[in-house]
Amino acid sequence: MFLRTALLVLRKDFTIEVKSREILYTTLLFALSCVLVFSIAFVKEGEPLEDAAAGILWIAIEFAGTLALGRTFERERYGETLRALLLAPAPRTAIYVGKMLGIVVLLGVCELLLVPLVALLFRSPLFAEPVLLVALLLTGTIGFAVVGSLFAAMLVRARTRDVMLPILLYPMTVPLMIAGVRGTVALTQTPADPTSAIMWIGLLACMDTVFLVLALWTFEPVMTE
Amino acid sequence: MTISVPSPPTAPVWRLSLSPPKAVTADFDAVSLLDVSRHFGRRRAISRLSLTVNSGDIVGLLGPNGAGKSTLIGLLATLVVPTSGEVRFGGETAQSLGTGLRRRLGLLAHELHLYPELSARQNLQFFGRLYGVSDQRVEAGLTRAGIEERADDDVAGFSRGMRQRLALERALLHDPRLVLLDEPFTGLDDRAVGIVLDRVRELAAGGAMVVLATHDLDLADGLVTRVALVRDGRLLADEAAAAGLRARYRSVVGHA
Repeated sequence: MFLRTALLVLRKDFTIEVKSREILYTTLLFALSCVLVFSIAFVKEGEPLEDAAAGILWIAIEFAGTLALGRTFERERYGETLRALLLAPAPRTAIYVGKMLGIVVLLGVCELLLVPLVALLFRSPLFAEPVLLVALLLTGTIGFAVVGSLFAAMLVRARTRDVMLPILLYPMTVPLMIAGVRGTVALTQTPADPTSAIMWIGLLACMDTVFLVLALWTFEPVMTE
Repeated sequence: MTISVPSPPTAPVWRLSLSPPKAVTADFDAVSLLDVSRHFGRRRAISRLSLTVNSGDIVGLLGPNGAGKSTLIGLLATLVVPTSGEVRFGGETAQSLGTGLRRRLGLLAHELHLYPELSARQNLQFFGRLYGVSDQRVEAGLTRAGIEERADDDVAGFSRGMRQRLALERALLHDPRLVLLDEPFTGLDDRAVGIVLDRVRELAAGGAMVVLATHDLDLADGLVTRVALVRDGRLLADEAAAAGLRARYRSVVGHA
């Protein structure tokens, strides 16, 4: 029942996105513009600033993710459909997990384009350890989506949600961003340091678990009026 | 019919709900608000209100803007938690019945709970699957809403009346025991109003409890079997419906 409900919500979000493509296009365009602007600032005469690629990749993911979170939950505000979801005879946490998985998928698609672009513009060997890179991006993205979906759901009825979301989200996700950046630096340095990268991936997985348990525990009370 | 039993304040229980929903073993025959108050900050939306709705009742929840009608609907829908008092479904609280209780609740709110980007069929299928309802019932719902010919059109292109009819079918798709209707006649033409009135009577005849919040006294008159008049979050009258609802409303609430 739990998984079925989460997948139903995910599928519904996916269907809406396939029809409108509104969030994917805006998120993608924003992330790509961000990387392009940074590349102009940080790449001088074809030589990028050391380790800039790692930071810029994660900044772009975080900014694009914030945009996606806002838009995804804005859809549930219009027509108060979030209330209808909360009224369904399913664990309310399943609704949260479904929304969160939607953000993970959306950011995953963005990352498919972002990573090659960052690698190209910053001449960064991001694909030196592809399996570890995927694991790092996955754990980092899940962590961001876990925290972000909870805050975005909490703020869905707030008038100042657009301002409040980054204010609440960015301080909470700083540890995730640090682990993501340090892990990426470990993978892109010469020679690559897979041991350090695995340590950062492990740390991200631990943070994901802690954040997920906290989010599942708090979602129902914070959504009850 | 009014019950006034003081009860201790209800505190929401924080729990990790990963377990499957508890099945409602029997349909409840009455829903009772027992000395319920709900405050939003310093504002008292509902103040020590007691009301019981029985099987077959069509209760007209009538009052001016800001009287607390929508908060009452939210309390009955388990979406709003009382600051004090209790809401009991056949003697059980919402917490003791678990998520299975929500399978027996149907809510048509002022906002229609529809995704405009999805078609009418996709909307009903999505909510139907959340409630474990078959696709045949979805098709029957589309027919009842009178939009089977436009079932695959996006809801964004529908008129307010079409959306309202679809939203009503969405709320009733799973055959709820307690039907909560918040301004169900908004945007409907005369024919559609007639359809909704018949549907509400049919639900009550089938044993459902219907709570109808509306400003439209003319439509409520002749439909509701009981009247609950509210103002400033207080229940001013709870009585059997009788002819001359507008006059009664004016004498109790003050203006119509």
